[in-house]
Formats: sequence, C-alpha cells, structure tokens
Amino acid sequence: MRTPGRPMRNPLAEAITQRRRALVAFLLVFVLLAVLAGRFAWLQVARYEEFHTRSEANRIKARPIVPARGLIYDRTGRILADNVPAYRLDVVREDAGDLEALVARLREVIELGEEDAETFIASARARRSFQPVTVKLRLSEAEVARFAVNRHRFPGVEVVPYLNRHYPYGDLFAHVVGYVGRIDESDLARVDPARYSGATHIGKAGIERRYEERLHGQVGVEQVEVNAEGRTLRVVGREPAHAGQDIYLSIDAELQQAVVDAFEGQPGAAVVLDPRNGEVLALASLPSYDPNPFVSGIGRAAYAALLEAPSRPLFNRVLQGGYEPGSTLKPFVGLAGLEYGLRTPRDTTLSTGAFRLPGHEREYRDWRRGGHGHVNLGEAMAQSVNTYFFQLAVDLGIERMSSYLGRFGFGQPTGIDLLGEASGVLPSPQWKRTNRSQPWYPGETVIAGIGQGFWVVTPLQLAQATQMLANGGLKYAPHLLRATQARFDAPPVLESWPAPGPAMVQNPANLQAVTQAMVQVLHGPTGTARGVMAQFHLGYTVAGKTGTAQRVSRRGEQSLDVNQLPFTQRHNALFIAFAPTDAPRVAVMVVVEHGGSGSAVATPVALRIIDAWLRRNPE
Amino acid sequence: MSAYRPGWQRLLVPPRVDPWLSGALLVLVLIGLAVLHSAAAGDLAVVRSQALRDGAGLVAMLALARVPPARLRLWAPWFYAASLALLLLVPIFGTGRSGRHWLYLGAFYVQPAELMKLSVPLMTAAFLSERVLPPRWGSLAVCAAIIGLPVALIAIQPDLGTAMLVGASGAFVAFFAGMAWWRIGLIAGLGAFAAPLGWGFLHDYQKRRLLTFMNPEADPLGDGWNIIQSKIAVGSGGLWGKGWGEGTQSRLEFLPEHTTDFIFAVLAEDFGFIGVCLVLALYLIIIGRSLWIAAEARDSFGRTLGASLALTLFVYVLANGGMISGLLPVVGVPMPLISYGGTSAVTLLAGFGIVLSLAAHRKFRG
Repeated sequence: MRTPGRPMRNPLAEAITQRRRALVAFLLVFVLLAVLAGRFAWLQVARYEEFHTRSEANRIKARPIVPARGLIYDRTGRILADNVPAYRLDVVREDAGDLEALVARLREVIELGEEDAETFIASARARRSFQPVTVKLRLSEAEVARFAVNRHRFPGVEVVPYLNRHYPYGDLFAHVVGYVGRIDESDLARVDPARYSGATHIGKAGIERRYEERLHGQVGVEQVEVNAEGRTLRVVGREPAHAGQDIYLSIDAELQQAVVDAFEGQPGAAVVLDPRNGEVLALASLPSYDPNPFVSGIGRAAYAALLEAPSRPLFNRVLQGGYEPGSTLKPFVGLAGLEYGLRTPRDTTLSTGAFRLPGHEREYRDWRRGGHGHVNLGEAMAQSVNTYFFQLAVDLGIERMSSYLGRFGFGQPTGIDLLGEASGVLPSPQWKRTNRSQPWYPGETVIAGIGQGFWVVTPLQLAQATQMLANGGLKYAPHLLRATQARFDAPPVLESWPAPGPAMVQNPANLQAVTQAMVQVLHGPTGTARGVMAQFHLGYTVAGKTGTAQRVSRRGEQSLDVNQLPFTQRHNALFIAFAPTDAPRVAVMVVVEHGGSGSAVATPVALRIIDAWLRRNPE
Repeated sequence: MSAYRPGWQRLLVPPRVDPWLSGALLVLVLIGLAVLHSAAAGDLAVVRSQALRDGAGLVAMLALARVPPARLRLWAPWFYAASLALLLLVPIFGTGRSGRHWLYLGAFYVQPAELMKLSVPLMTAAFLSERVLPPRWGSLAVCAAIIGLPVALIAIQPDLGTAMLVGASGAFVAFFAGMAWWRIGLIAGLGAFAAPLGWGFLHDYQKRRLLTFMNPEADPLGDGWNIIQSKIAVGSGGLWGKGWGEGTQSRLEFLPEHTTDFIFAVLAEDFGFIGVCLVLALYLIIIGRSLWIAAEARDSFGRTLGASLALTLFVYVLANGGMISGLLPVVGVPMPLISYGGTSAVTLLAGFGIVLSLAAHRKFRG
C-alpha cells in the first residue's frame, strides 16, 4: 500500500535511530560534564591559593584607628587644648557617585556652605577613590539625626564619630598653642601618609605644629570584615592606636590672663620669662584671635577679615614683630662700657642737651632741653640721658658694640620652641654692607648707642637679653615645653633642655652696677618710672628700663607732644624689667604699640605683670 | 502492573516510579534547599517558600507520572495553544522587574515562558510522532514554526536564557527523531553565518554581557564584577569548601544574585570541589537515567520527548555551570532544582513526571 512520495513508517528503524541518538547524547553529556568538572577543578584545586587570597582581600579590610591627640596643659595642669567628641560626615567617592549631585542632595539634609562644598570636591578628587574624605566637621545634633533618617539615600556617606580639638581659653593662647586644621595637600607632602591614615587634622601653628610629632601619636590598625557595600560587620583583629603624648607648657594660664588684662585692651606684646631656666611663663601678642574656628575650617570671608584687620590679630608680635628697642638697649650698652673697661660706674659724662661728633654739624639731642649736666651710669640710666650713651657708643666703636650686644642674642633667633621667629637687626658695618650695600657712617654709631637707627628687635629677643641681665649672663633659649606625659596616668617627665653656655658677662660686679642703675629707673629720686612705681606697693625692688621708640624723628628744637599725634603715628612704648633684684625670678618685656611714652604706658603694664606673678609665687 | 480500576480510584494506587530517577531528583532538591539556606543567610522564609514550590513540583511530577504518554500526546496541541495564548498576553498584562515576564492568574503568578519549556517539546514530539521519521524539510519547517513562534515571543520579553532553552528543547526533539546529520550541519552552518546579523537585535545589556565575558577584568567594578566575584567564590572554596553557611563571598554579598542565578557558586564555595562533583554526578545520573528511560520508551513520541527533556536539563546545567565558572557568558539560566525560583522548579519536576510516566508505561519486555 505504498503511495509514491510518501514513504512508509518503519517503527523498528525509528527506534534504532532514536536509541543511537540517545547514546550519542549521553556521551556528549558525559564529556561536557567532565569538561565542566575539569573547569571547577582548575579553579578550585589548581588556582585555589590565588582565589583564596582574593577572597580574603575582599573580606578583610584594614581600617586605621586614629590616635587621640595629646592634650596641652599649662604648668599647673589647666587644659589649653582639649579633645571633644563630635561627629563628622565622610564620603567614599567610589561608592557615592557624582560629587556635585551628591553635594546638592546633601544640602537637603545638612547645612553645607559653598566653600565647604568646593573644598570637599577638590580634596575628594585629589585622594584615591576608596579613601574617605570629610564633607563636614562638627555636625549639629539635628544634622546627625536628619542624616540618620535619610541614610539610605546616601550610599558611601557615613557619620563618623571623632575627637574635635577645642581651645577652651579661646583667643588667650592663640599665639602660643596655635591650632590644628584640616590636613591639606601641602601637609600630606610633608608627613608620612601612613602615620596620618584616617587622620583629619594636623598642627598648623604654634605648639600644635611645633610638637606635632609628640601630640599626634601612633596610628592603630583594625582588621575588619566588611560586606560588599563596605559596611563593617565585625572586627577580626586589632592593633590599638597609641594616643599622642600630653604636653605641659611652662605657661601659667592665670599669669597669661593677668598679662592680657594688664594691657587694658591696648595692642602690643609681652613676654614673661623665668630667668633661672628660660621658661616662658606668659607670651601675649595683642590683639589675638580665636583659634577654634580654624579647627573645623574657617570661612574664606572670616579669614580675610582677620588677615586684613589693621590691628593684625594673626600676626605674632612676640616672634615676628620688629621694633626699635630705643632706650631699653641702654643697660646693654652701659654694660658693654663697663666690660670693656671704658667706664666705671662712677665716671660721668656731661650732657648739654646736644651732642656733636667732632667736625660734624649734626646735633644729637637729649630729651630734656638744656641737658642733664654731669651724669654717671646710674643717673644716665635713671634719667635716660642720651648723651652718656652717645659718647659711650663712640668710645666703644660700632664693631665692639655690635659684637658685644650680639652675645645677648640680638640679630639672631632666640631658639624658642615655636616656628617662624624673626631675626631682627643687629647693626654693624658688615650688616649694612650686606643688606644696604653702603658704608657705615660715624653718625650711625651715635644713634645705635641709644637703640635707634638700624636696630630691630623682637620682643622675645629683648626678653631673652633682659633675662640674661637677671641671671648673671646665662643665655637660656626661651622655651615653652615643660614636661610630657605618655599617658594620662603616667607621671609627667620634665623636658631636659640643653644647659646654657658659660656666662656672657665676665665681671659680675659690672652686672651688679647695671642692675643698680636699672633699679634707679624705678626707685631712684630722678628715675623716669618712679612716678608709676610709686603707685605700686611691692615688697621688693624692681630693675627696669623704659624705652620710647620713635616713629617720627625729632628735628631741631621742635618738641612734640606724643599724645597730640595721630594714634598710629605715636611711639611704641617699651619696658624691660626683672625682679626681685636680689634673686630675680621673673623677667618681663612689654611693648605697647602706639602707646606714647614708655614710662607712662608700658611701665604700669609690666609692673602689674610682675606683681601678678610674684604675689602668687612668693617663693 | 496494578490491576485496572475505574475512575478516581486509580489515584489511590501508589504510583510506580523509577527509583533511580526519582531518588536522584529528591536528593538534588534537598541539596538545593540546603544550599539555599546558606545562600539566603539562614532566612527560613526563603527556604520555606522554595520547599513549598518543590513540593508542588513533586506533586505535579507524581501526577504526571500516572498519565499515560498516549494521553499526553493527545493533550499536546491544547496545552501548546494555551501556553501560547498566555505568552501572547504577557506583553499586554505582564509585569516584571526588567521586562514583562510574569502573568497574574488570580491567585498566583506564572511565567508563560516557563510553561513553554514543556509545551514546545511536547508539541514538537506529538507532531513528529505523526510523521515519517527521520523528518525531512517539510516536517522540519513545521517544527521550526512550532518552536520559533514562542521563542521569538520570549526573546522580545526579553529573556534570552529562557528563549534559548525553549528553542533547544524543541530542537532536541527533532534531533532525537533522527534528523539527518547533514541537515543539522547545514542549519548550524547557516546559523553561524547569520549570527553576526543577530548581534544587531541584541539589547545593549546583552551585548555588554557577551563583551564582558570576553574580558571580565576590563571593568572589574562594573560588568565584570559578577564573573570575577563568582570565580573568586568558586576558587576560594578549594577542594573541601569553607563549610555550610561559611562562604564569605556569599555571606558578605560580594557574590551577586546568590540565591538565584549564582547559587551554584555558593555551593562551590561552601562545599568545594567535592560538593561540585557530587552534584554534577547527580545531574549525570538524572540525565543518563532519563535518556535510558527514553530509549526504552514504547514509541517515537516517548523516546523523542523523554530524551529532549533530559538533554534540556543538561543545557541548564552546562549554561549555568559554565557561567559560574567563567567558561560561558552570563545568561540568565538558573541551576535546575537548586536556584531559588518557582515556576522553573515546577516545570522541571513536571517534565520529569513525563519521563517517569514513560518509565511506568514502557513496553512490555518478556
């Protein structure tokens, strides 16, 4: 029954073909499953080590533990720089996506200024994409709460607890303690990045910067297990961080406050040293500024305002202020005369009111018209007689005067443990040749004898030199670090500072004579500061010297009443002193800017400071 | 053979099932639940819902095991038509995360594409069993239509993995029906020639997957992530594995889709190469036994259908295992009976119900 073109079915042939196909299929399956198993063997057995390592690298992340920064105390243990728990907002760029869009969304939840946003975007781009970058420090409680609610909208953004630096005294210690600020690119280039992994802040100024090494501490590492989102699940291993060392300064907070109070709002600077060891008991540059805004990033406008203020609050006058020492230099010039044997304390010089170099027309004047008559060292100092020192300077010659005064540290940094100290100018022919390319003129020796002309000193240099008058000529470098403490329960270890060299004064009797002369300034019947001294009832004697550094030079017979001058053209009032004279425990240098007469303005400030210190430390 | 009983009473007779096939399937389902427990990080709700689906699949399997193959052949056109109708409704009423895949049928969701994994081989086998075998171009053209229509509909959903499996299941029927090797070679050659044209029809993400497969390390955090993390999971499992529920790649969610498409990597991580071999051996038993049962079936319909179902399972295993180990591109094919997912488990087990039915109704041999 076969129809052409329509073949017959053959069930047996079908069965045979189909069974053969099933066998073919089974063989194919067997071979391919063996290939697949081989692939797994290749991955799981042959390359096990490689993938095991990669799996562990996935799972375990090393997170730095930021050490707590060492605290800064004053000499009595008052906290000058503290750590306060706070919250900040960190972003990991690779998880957070587009930065501009992120900033826009974050603004719905937290307050974020234009500058902060720019800073954040710049620093996020500068770092590697998996490193967290801080968007905002010191979140308010409301911001922390709002962010917590919206957390799911911000992958890669996290609220992180940290310790925020706080300066409880505000502007009182800004020029001593300085401040920490956000680590920027220039800081990163300067430090070992491993030591600062995870850290947000670094010392930018003052003690915070100078002792960064000790304050920072040792970063720790935490091995944490993380999931694919980077969320920490548990801690696997931990190498704890070691907090930075606590630092005790030689500064006395109460004295510092007394110093600032003594200025009664006037601009200026003051340094108080312990002449027995060079410890800085107080250091003030006024006006000052509050360092706290710098910690969490001061705004550009606020910073510009500080920078451009005419009173220059950011300027550290003690370290960098260049002043003409004026008459405060006279004790040192007088001492040089004694030491070189050119004068005895009793030798007198005639003051006629005008001094002339032989063969020269130019007159150099005393402040009292008509002069002071015959004066010895004591009277010359007490009444601040210029002629005595004009003549002495001429007799010494500029070379000898310059080299002798150089021994007191003028013209070079004192070596205080703060950065950015200025050198000032110690006038000498050599200095003038180098810096002005001019020869030295004899008239310049005359005025150099009374601390004028090319002279520039910093308040700190003058304080250091004054301290040498008080301690027999020992040149201690002024220093602020008194002791360090490894842990809060460890005993503080006193810092050992290098011993000063041999005394710079050869004959103690000479120093004694100068000291007596300086006592006359305050206690003598003709002393320039006796009127001020009379208002103080101190149980000890004070040696001091006033100075009124000119801003406007006096010409001819014309006499100026400084109080009539515009404020910024008035003279700077200076005063150096130490006390008590029989066993000096404090040396003070005060400059009141635009203050007018040294005796009237700077002396009371200095005496208040001395009183404040010695009254509380009667020994 | 049990005595003949009329009507519903036949349901009371314990089904006569092939112990090798059913035993291997049961063990695989239990292993699947254990791995799911690990992959879902101990989330019992997930395990319970999968156990329910597996249970439903096993019931469907045992029910189908009682249906004589001859009756299945009669139902085939209706079943195929119903599946096709549902598939046509998907573009209109369907839902889904990345394309329209699901249909809501009053009480539950189904994926009509999954149903096609049964309907297409069923229909193709039913059709070819009426024809002279081995099939010639005329029969093959009809087969191409039966297969091609649903495959095209599934491919545009888009669901490349399922389309591929459905196409394979139909093509396997033709293969087992004895389609001449030269015809197979010709079609394969034409297909290879047409492949570059097909590239243009792929979605961007599908193109990307293929490119990523070629070079996964090019973008390790983007498209390459899945393959790299999967390989790390597999490789770090080593010979003996990290232990049940100890796989860090899965537990810490480095491994993507670790309850569904990438669950085999969890198994490889937890139980190591030994575990992988054990499961692959189970698949080999299931496939080999099914092919044996098919070969023993009493007619062409049974032989082609049974063998096709067995080989389709193998395609699953190969595609998924190849993807997990970085041997093949990422295509959304689950590991059969281990991956979390409802319709797939039910249709797979239902398919093996048909194979069991073949075993139960095999021709009498002295």
